[in-house]
Amino acid sequence: MKAARFDYERPANLDAALALLGNEGAFAKVLAGGQSLGPMLNLRLVRPDLLVDVRRIPELTQAATHDGALILGAATTHAAIEDGRVPDATRGMMAAVASGIAYRPVRNRGTIGGSLAHADPAADWPTCLAALGAEALIAGARGQRAVPMREFLASAFETSLRADEILEAVRVPVLSARARWGFYKVCRKTGEFAQGIAAVVDDPERAGARVAVGATGSAPIIIEDAGALLRRPFDAGAAARLLRERGLGGDEIDMQIHVAALKRAILRLH
Amino acid sequence: MGNKGVGASITRLEDDRFMRGRGQYVADIRLAGQREVAFVRSPIAHGRILAIEVPDELRGSVFTAADMAGVKPIRCVSSAPGFKPSDQPPLATGKVRQVGELVAMCLADTRAEAEDIAAQVNVEFEELPVVSDMLEGRKPGAPLLHEAWGDNIFFENSVDTGPSEIWRNAPIQVTRTFRTARQCMVPIEGRGVIAAWDSRLGQLVVHTAAQMPHIVRTGLAECLGLEQSRVRIIPPDIGGGFGYKGILLPEEICVGWLAMRLGRPVRWIEDRREHLTASANCREHHYRVTAFADSDGRILGLDAEATVDCGAYSSYPFSACLEGGQISSILPGPYDFRAYRCKTWSVATNKAPILPYRGVARTGVCFAMELMMDAVAREAGIEPYEARLRSLVRPEAMPFDNVTNKHFDSGDYPEALRRAAAAIGLTQIRERQRAGEKDGRRIGVGFSIFCEQSAHGTAVYASWGVPMIPGFEQATARVTPDGGLELRVGVHSHGQGLETTLAQVANEVLGIDPARVRVVFGDTAYTPYSTGTWGSRAMVMAGGAVTQACREIARRMMRIGAALLQTEEDKVRVEDGAVVHDGGRVGLAEIARAWYLRPQDLPPDADPRGLEATAGYKPARDSGTFSYAAHAALVAVDTEIGAVEILDYVVVEDGGVLVNPMIVDGQVYGGSAQGIGTALYEEMRFDGQGQPLASTLADYMLPGPTEVPDIRIFHMETPSPYTEFGVKGIGEGGAIGPPAAIANAVNDALGPLGVEITETPITPRRILAALAGANPAARKSGA
Repeated sequence: MKAARFDYERPANLDAALALLGNEGAFAKVLAGGQSLGPMLNLRLVRPDLLVDVRRIPELTQAATHDGALILGAATTHAAIEDGRVPDATRGMMAAVASGIAYRPVRNRGTIGGSLAHADPAADWPTCLAALGAEALIAGARGQRAVPMREFLASAFETSLRADEILEAVRVPVLSARARWGFYKVCRKTGEFAQGIAAVVDDPERAGARVAVGATGSAPIIIEDAGALLRRPFDAGAAARLLRERGLGGDEIDMQIHVAALKRAILRLH
Repeated sequence: MGNKGVGASITRLEDDRFMRGRGQYVADIRLAGQREVAFVRSPIAHGRILAIEVPDELRGSVFTAADMAGVKPIRCVSSAPGFKPSDQPPLATGKVRQVGELVAMCLADTRAEAEDIAAQVNVEFEELPVVSDMLEGRKPGAPLLHEAWGDNIFFENSVDTGPSEIWRNAPIQVTRTFRTARQCMVPIEGRGVIAAWDSRLGQLVVHTAAQMPHIVRTGLAECLGLEQSRVRIIPPDIGGGFGYKGILLPEEICVGWLAMRLGRPVRWIEDRREHLTASANCREHHYRVTAFADSDGRILGLDAEATVDCGAYSSYPFSACLEGGQISSILPGPYDFRAYRCKTWSVATNKAPILPYRGVARTGVCFAMELMMDAVAREAGIEPYEARLRSLVRPEAMPFDNVTNKHFDSGDYPEALRRAAAAIGLTQIRERQRAGEKDGRRIGVGFSIFCEQSAHGTAVYASWGVPMIPGFEQATARVTPDGGLELRVGVHSHGQGLETTLAQVANEVLGIDPARVRVVFGDTAYTPYSTGTWGSRAMVMAGGAVTQACREIARRMMRIGAALLQTEEDKVRVEDGAVVHDGGRVGLAEIARAWYLRPQDLPPDADPRGLEATAGYKPARDSGTFSYAAHAALVAVDTEIGAVEILDYVVVEDGGVLVNPMIVDGQVYGGSAQGIGTALYEEMRFDGQGQPLASTLADYMLPGPTEVPDIRIFHMETPSPYTEFGVKGIGEGGAIGPPAAIANAVNDALGPLGVEITETPITPRRILAALAGANPAARKSGA
């Protein structure tokens, strides 16, 4: 299939982009790497009047550390993170996660902001960034707001972004030298959608242990103060009960895969 | 010149253009004024069309069955007794019987605009009950696809060797049920067609992604009511076919009709969604098999029932009985036993027609038979490898007529298995299993062995009575005035490297450098009639025909060459592309120059037929060559998440004499990758309403480079006694062995946990469900 007709704009700055999105009566979609939106356009699952290409906007390509946090522009590609072309605030965690996203051609174009805004439950970044305690920095006509991942990721393919807003950047707290992280993804083959994702970040000098479980069919499940889960030996039954309590759906086999992912993420803490 | 003939692994001549991105496929062709078609397809699996509503302003751009009066439906009839034919109209009339069936054709300057039009066509249906599963469809009272039939059975057949003591007295009797998933073929290039009416020649010229161009011409001309001389089929470069491109598609008829109606070029390029949901379906079988064996694991008899989910229509030219008809005759595999019963049902369902895919029927048959062999071995308490060795046809018995009268031409089946066991390291694997794996996974080893009837000809196909029965294969060899050679063949290459291997055959006969040989194919106007490239037949059949044509050229060269050398014809020979005589040599260029440009140099009794020869060929027996292979897989199964990793994979293959071993290796690699897809990944599922549940490659999972291991290939070369140079067809074997070998390996790994997998693909979910079912303790989360 081929995409239905749409208009295309590539604004030079954030204000111009916001103005395009604020135009009532026209359904506009933000285009970054297009690795999810492109197929959706072709399958006519989405039929916008206007695509607003944000890849050239300076605020969306920034990457710098301020006040103990990395501000990473939303149009930063997975490949740039994988290759270490942006500062490392997470002791290598984000680079490692980026390197496991889909295939390199997807990583060359796909962006961290696009992935978050698309909010596919099986994507890597929502789970990873939730475990890192990151915030979404959202630009709108009335200024910028910072939204923690727990609030930003509402459900499957649903975020708290409004139609006239743009995800400008993510703010990721810099991990301390004593922090450890673990990440594990279960997927049937390289590059496929995940069946289970778990991310664990244990930073004794900050929030303590935080666990995020993704590929849930909805937003990731975020467990704060997760120290008990990290104890050895891993208690699979307790983990399953906890995930069930937090609303993880699916059958016993789904649960087994999620619990295995969690166990392996914890075993990989380093 | 060095050996470039039969047996030489020369690099592929066609790769220069392919590797530089200069191949030309249907979608690369642009004809002046061409327009694009998008189809309105049925969104439901079974229903009556009540109305097709087209907005007034679009009436000239939308065509339905009512516009195509006089165009005949695709009707592929087998003369096998009891076969029930189906009519598949190019655009639906009255009823739709599958999701994706063509309902209307929309025309615009671009595909996107044609899709815009298609979205505005509203079709009103009365939905009918759906047959979404072959076993349900077999039952009395099931909804009927073709009401006049009274049931949903295209075709039933049975083989029965009669009463035997074995049925009652065999010490080992084991019964299993198997299922192989419906798959899609997924060549990189899908189908595509661009048709144009040539008013000068009065011809419909159809560029189409086809592997059997002459058959498309015959079928298309019949449906459109044209004389065959008014249809010319031109398949350009083809990006993989695997059987799918042998089928006459309704889209080809529609686009051909529209090009005639409009008098301007029209094209349709299949997209992946159409490919997956509407067309390229294959493989779906169900088996219930009982094996009878001696207490030492030697197989004595087999009693089987097999069902094939054929989809809605009988496709041209292979018909809906292709798989069912073959299953009963090839299920016994490479084994020697004499008691056999098999009954098959080919069942119509509300799904896309089942089409022949690399390995046709054999992949499912091998899965069923080879899992039975492992079940027998477990019952006998012996290595599965041993049970096979005791049951295989012995080399000294070759040629061998098996229980279904298949004539195995040559080979040493046990030796192939022994080599596979040695290469995979069976003994070492057993030791390693006792020690256990450090990472907690369980490893297992599995084997499969099969023989593959290929290049089967008149005798075999006449018994099925389908519209296409292969006879003699022809080739034309034509010397050009500058001493080059053109080979004109009716087969086509969709990746086989025939431009190279046929040139090697010419080199073998004439000594001409393959670089001076041009293989001309892919155009019905230039080539002799042929059933085309299918059934692993091109090397045997077209290679044989090229051999005959080149031998004839050699005779004619010698006559002219002898005259030029002023000697007798019986004193010269052909060598390195020249006619030589003691102390004298005259090259093909000089001979050609004499014939074409300087006839005054020819002897008065020169052969008037010149330097162009068409010759026909059939092997001495046309019941088929039987290549064979033993596959061995070593896998590791992660029982927590149900993942299977292939740690090692060995293929010991005997394809007779290999024309180009490098190309054969490529065939084995590619086929094995597809077999791994069948084993572990590929599945086109349907819901109860007949809705296909995979519409993109995100849902339909194919193996990629990280899932296909480095396959280790070992060759045996037992010549066929019946073919030129002893070659055998080899194109499909790679795709046949892996599902059985990998399933047996998984079962070897998980057997101690009480698990036996009997279904493809072996997904994590199936493994985890089997583990949970086998061992209640594993049901607890996070075992």
